[in-house]
Amino acid sequence: MAAIRYGDRLYELRESESVLDALLRAGVPARHSCKAGSCGSCMMRAVDGAVPAKAQTGLKDSWKARGYFLACVCHPDSDLEVAAAEDDAEVPATITSLDRLADDVLRVRLRCGAPFEFRAGQYVTLVRDCQLARSYSIASLPEEGEIELHVRRIPNGRMSGWLSTEAGAGTPVSLLGPSGECFYVPGREDQPMILVGTGTGLAPLYGIVRDALRNGHRGPIQLFHGAVRRDGLYLHDHLTRLAAAHANLEYTASVLEAPDAGDAVSGPIDQLILRRFPNLDGWRGFLCGDPALVGSLRKKLFLAGIASRDIYADAFLPSAT
Amino acid sequence: MHLMNSSSLFEQLGGADAVEAAVDRFYRKVLTDDRVSRFFDGVDMDRQRAKQKAFLTMAFGGPHNYTGKDMRDGHAHLLKMGLDDSHVDAIIELLGSTLREMGAGEDLIGQVAAIAESTRNDVLGR
Repeated sequence: MAAIRYGDRLYELRESESVLDALLRAGVPARHSCKAGSCGSCMMRAVDGAVPAKAQTGLKDSWKARGYFLACVCHPDSDLEVAAAEDDAEVPATITSLDRLADDVLRVRLRCGAPFEFRAGQYVTLVRDCQLARSYSIASLPEEGEIELHVRRIPNGRMSGWLSTEAGAGTPVSLLGPSGECFYVPGREDQPMILVGTGTGLAPLYGIVRDALRNGHRGPIQLFHGAVRRDGLYLHDHLTRLAAAHANLEYTASVLEAPDAGDAVSGPIDQLILRRFPNLDGWRGFLCGDPALVGSLRKKLFLAGIASRDIYADAFLPSAT
Repeated sequence: MHLMNSSSLFEQLGGADAVEAAVDRFYRKVLTDDRVSRFFDGVDMDRQRAKQKAFLTMAFGGPHNYTGKDMRDGHAHLLKMGLDDSHVDAIIELLGSTLREMGAGEDLIGQVAAIAESTRNDVLGR
């Protein structure tokens, strides 16, 4: 029979026993509820070994890609090394550059002092002086060597203010994570994709779009960036060029305040999208940024036909402290 | 654990795959039906979908651990919003039309409706 490695111990599976049952039998306080592969409470992550497909039924592709599975319906044929779903790594990192993309948006680039695996579009928690922590989405690809974050300058923001005025190239920080399921999963490369971001919600989408292109995604990619004013479209020229260089990529900029639109479209971005794409059956969607917009758009895109497992949403919640 | 004797119903409907195929379809109906959509407004979609999936699994005769108390606790706040028999009727109707669209026969639909019906008094706190 197969065995499970968890922590520093090995757990032998009995005949027809699930991973969850083996752990519970050994006294491991593994979280669980329905024991029927339905509720998701017992989700774990496989670090090494083959997870049976049945143990991933119904999970999003991005969860499957990271090895997540439901322990209560997992009956592996061979040995499996597993971890709790929420185990995070912390690595030291150094700021390599800081530059201003817009009045209130900073681009922060970092180099990690230890191996740090991530996918473009996931988020990391940046830690300053071992205590102040804020989460930001990753705009860069792993092979680019550096981690790129887009940080909005918040009035009196303790992290963003520090990054704008005190931090510089060479400043040490640390990174926790990565976390989040908002990233491109290779496969189904003809599937049409729609990506909608407001403000620095563009950061993960910028990473995801480039990851998709690099993986040879062939289906149409519709990228929308929404801002309150024209100067919030902080990658406008760059994205216009990127779209010109890729036949399947279209970039649409939208500005809420009409007199200010310039070459962008004006008006609410959700109405613009639903007018242009009333039927999204079969699409893959990514939504990042303002929580209210992400929440309402998520529902609207679902009703327009995107399967719930094909919607990846990341609402940027303001920090409480 | 609520043990069902109708595991064959679950198998006849297509098991966990059928639940997975039904849940988005059912959830869209619920969100757009004027009779019941207000009870689902402002709720976290992932959590809501997980609950719908658990509900469908139960109604399809599948394995679940819903208790009458869970049903009561889970709907108590909706009673204050005016949840009554007409809304339970609507949900059972939407469940039936979901299954019909998926090609299930009227006999199986009737069995699913009967399981859903058995939760009515708990859902309505009676």
